Amino acid sequence: MAFIRIDGVRKVYRTRGKEFLAVSEATFDVRQGDLVALVGPSGCGKTTLLKILAGLHGYDAGTVAIGTATEPFDPARDIGMVFQQPLLLKWRRILDNVLLPAEIMGLPRAASVERAKDLLALVGLRGSEDKYPYELSGGMQQRASIARALIHDPKLVLMDEPFGALDALTREKMNLELLRIWSESRKTIVFVTHGITEAVFLGTRVVVLTAGPARMADNFEIDLPHPRTLDMRTHEQFGAYTRRIYKLLGME
Amino acid sequence: MGTEQLQRYTLAVLSHLALLAAWHLFVTLGNVPTFVMPSPLATANALLRPEYFWWRNIVATAGEIFGGYALAVVVGIGLAVLFSWFRWLEIALMPLLVSLNMIPKVALGPLFIVWFSYGVVPNILIAFSISFFPIVLTTARGLREVEPDLIDLVRSIRASRWQIFVKIQLPGALPYIFAGAKVAAILAVAGAIVGEFLGSERGLGYLMLQVQVTLDTAAMFMAVILITLIGVVLYGLVLGLERILVVRDARIG
Ligand SMILES: Nc1ncnc2c1ncn2[C@@H]1O[C@H](COP(=O)(O)OP(=O)(O)O)[C@@H](O)[C@H]1O
Ligand SMILES: [Mg+2]
Repeated sequence: MAFIRIDGVRKVYRTRGKEFLAVSEATFDVRQGDLVALVGPSGCGKTTLLKILAGLHGYDAGTVAIGTATEPFDPARDIGMVFQQPLLLKWRRILDNVLLPAEIMGLPRAASVERAKDLLALVGLRGSEDKYPYELSGGMQQRASIARALIHDPKLVLMDEPFGALDALTREKMNLELLRIWSESRKTIVFVTHGITEAVFLGTRVVVLTAGPARMADNFEIDLPHPRTLDMRTHEQFGAYTRRIYKLLGME
Repeated sequence: MGTEQLQRYTLAVLSHLALLAAWHLFVTLGNVPTFVMPSPLATANALLRPEYFWWRNIVATAGEIFGGYALAVVVGIGLAVLFSWFRWLEIALMPLLVSLNMIPKVALGPLFIVWFSYGVVPNILIAFSISFFPIVLTTARGLREVEPDLIDLVRSIRASRWQIFVKIQLPGALPYIFAGAKVAAILAVAGAIVGEFLGSERGLGYLMLQVQVTLDTAAMFMAVILITLIGVVLYGLVLGLERILVVRDARIG
């Protein structure tokens, strides 16, 4: 059984008497250990879907089920989140920023500190433990926020355009880093992006959403070998995947 | 202390000394009569007059300033915290506070005196009423300034409202609190002195009124300098606390 099962999910926002259909008929599965890329133009409901998965939003129809008998999912402890902005607390050192979820969940301090240090090493921030966020570049801050998302060892990591605010070069570097972190941590990741190349490059599976009226357009496996390398993007097959998405988004 | 910092302190001290020197030269070279403007030395000499009870007056004025200010900080922050916890309270009271803040605080002086008679209490209240509004305003603003995404992030792991308040909202509001507290420090000094002018039986403001009659300008100068020094001490304490509590990057103003 798949780790995440989303079936016919529909979400309507109601503000000042007006109704706005943000997600309609979203249906897809995510296997454990998948890195699913949710791609679509802005305003198509990607963030909404992610917040539904995080249990932050309700929905109006359909079902969302996470976890299996062998891999149970606790919605209160098993979600890590990364946003477009690093959202680090300015007044905390990097190590203490990473520890925030552990503090909130009341995890034992000493073990969490050890784990935070390991995670900072994993994201390439060894030696920055005692720095303040302002002493780090945007890309480094985002690495710290990834470490923070992993501190409580969640089973599912939700990322909402995490590299959208970075410059192109840093973004490519972070893509490779994310793939490395993902393969080392073996997490299930749902990654939201509006970058088509990014989606194909990162995803084991891509879910395409189209705008107005928001709906799910496609959902397919990316059959490219791992570990992925930057030169794969010039492969014939890679081009075929991106063309398929461009077509769906009416950009051909 | 780095050399750059040392240089900055040196320059700051020098500019103060330069003002003193300019004052001295202006008075001596220009033959300015003492009752118009005393020299720095004559001003300092006023401290030797025991009948002015300097120490007692300093203590009274400082007490009013610090008392009114402390009250403003406690009530101001407390009210802003309540506003952030109970939104309806803010909706009901904030416009009222804005209206009340339009009252010229000086005009309250005579009323406070009627209610609490002469003395420290009305002056503390004037200092309080004039300095508490900026603190409410900036603290409330700071408590509101939280990234919605960050709230989502911690809510996804079921952070309680209290945890969000203690770990995110309050420390995030600190720079704003200090921004308000610095403005309020200046206002509190003005408030206390206005109170003493309106009616009082001790304090540096009261002393100024007394010596005005005898044209002891040197004592008036000295009183102004001492009031300023009390203000500088208060402001310095607030700045020092800010340095300890607020990370450099987050400081405002
Ligand atoms: N809280 C909300 N209330 C009303 N409409 C919303 C709300 N959040 C998002 N929307 C609308 O729903 C649509 C989808 O938003 P979102 O999920 O943020 O899209 P995306 O992340 O793909 O850019 C947008 O048109 C947006 O304006
Ligand atoms: Mg979005």
